[in-house]
Amino acid sequence: MVPPGVDEQERLAARTPTLIARAAILRAVRGYFEAQGFLEVETPARVMSPGQEVHLEAIPAGDGRHLITSPEYHMKRLVAGGFPRIVQFCRCFRAEEDGPFHQPEFTMVEWYRAGGTMDELMRDCEAIVEVAARAAGTWPMAPVPINRRGQYSAEVLALDGAFERTTVRELFRRHAGIELVGDGSEADMRGLAQRAGCQVGPEAAWDDVFYQVFLDRIEPRLGCARPTFVLDWPAPLGALARRKADDALTVERFELYAGGLELANAFGELTDPVEQRARFIEEAEHRRERGRAVYPIDEKLLEALGHMPPTCGIALGFDRLVMLVVGASSIREVLAFANDEA
Amino acid sequence: MPSYDTSDIRKGLKVMLDGNPFTVVEFQFIKPGKGAAFTRTKLKNLLTGGVIERNLRSGEKLEPANVETKQMQYLYKEGDSFVFMDTSTYDQVQIPHETIGDDSNFMPEQIVVEVLFFNDRAVGVTLPNFIEQKVLATEPGFRGDTATGVTKPAQISTGASINVPLFINEGDTIKIDTRSGEYLERVGRA
Repeated sequence: MVPPGVDEQERLAARTPTLIARAAILRAVRGYFEAQGFLEVETPARVMSPGQEVHLEAIPAGDGRHLITSPEYHMKRLVAGGFPRIVQFCRCFRAEEDGPFHQPEFTMVEWYRAGGTMDELMRDCEAIVEVAARAAGTWPMAPVPINRRGQYSAEVLALDGAFERTTVRELFRRHAGIELVGDGSEADMRGLAQRAGCQVGPEAAWDDVFYQVFLDRIEPRLGCARPTFVLDWPAPLGALARRKADDALTVERFELYAGGLELANAFGELTDPVEQRARFIEEAEHRRERGRAVYPIDEKLLEALGHMPPTCGIALGFDRLVMLVVGASSIREVLAFANDEA
Repeated sequence: MPSYDTSDIRKGLKVMLDGNPFTVVEFQFIKPGKGAAFTRTKLKNLLTGGVIERNLRSGEKLEPANVETKQMQYLYKEGDSFVFMDTSTYDQVQIPHETIGDDSNFMPEQIVVEVLFFNDRAVGVTLPNFIEQKVLATEPGFRGDTATGVTKPAQISTGASINVPLFINEGDTIKIDTRSGEYLERVGRA
């Protein structure tokens, strides 16, 4: 029998180099935001309205509050209150998420640029990946472990130079032969997916079918040669994003994929309180239909949106950033205590 | 039969997909930031051995595959079939040659194998990875010939011919890898 504590000693010893790199990466990313003139802020972890997103489940925290699934609402209230460039490093909590790339408790880096553009956020991402990889000593080629390689990746990923940019429409056209319509009916989407050879269950909603195709056909090909920004998402998949000026079926949203990891999600923020309320009500309805808890609408956020300047905001998974630049195959490798080790 | 859902998925679970029985080889929790949770699953077709990848959305129902494996002893060949006996019930079944295929080359009488039944029909036989067999016939080797990689054919009790090194003699016992059909080592001398 192994004496108590020995496994933990060995585990922590094995993770020591990564934990040291993690601390260096955190310092480097903080340094980047400081140099860019961002103010580092802190917002509450226990909130009345943890977010309405259909597929995020918040963890109860007493007194009718829940732990945040993201710090988005309070950070937007800060932007509306006159803080144009803010960043936060905080723990977020999502029930039922545990796997090689998920933990119920993880670290998010979230930042906002009032008056900023999506393009600036993309350049932030490129710069952050660079400072992180330099801090980890892997710049400019990050190792990609086998379980993150998909079918098309090499053993290393080039991080230098501009990242690839593509759109959701282009990816569906190229990899699944599907001409995507933003607000297409469920029956249409299901037929297209089945014709593309994807197996779709009978109860799948429109977004379920979308992600079935995305995971089956597209995601294994994303960010294999270079980190890749995926822009212009269908409107139903960006409840907090503004519609594009020239295309009401598409919202200003991008995702960053690199080395088999979904790294960041950015929105051109919706600042119209009337439209935001309508979308919250719609999302609450979806949650109710699926038997999920329905949280109160955040009236203080809606009030703040009326004062908010045009803003772009983004959330980046810090644990996954560390995974990317050190070449970890599982999120537990970049934590001293994973969920089942705590 | 009660159905499974994605939370039941584990290695070795046997399920029906597209009318064929599969066994789960690997699985992983995945979840796009704004989408539903899925289980990325690698499954092996129990009839063909082919491996597929399938992303199953959380909550999707899966039909269990009516498959079971039994330890059975191979007794003898009858026409174009092979007769096996269940070692616990003594029940006998006949399995046609086409189901077993080239594996019959490494299936000496008395050997205990794993027989896979699908809807109560025998659909496959899994041999032990290694068998030991006496060489029944082979040309004598040449004294002093030490060249490596040079082989000669040797016949075993099933009638199959195995490539062996020149130093192997009739009556020697050799170890064979049933998956590749290759000679591994000499385990007994004539």
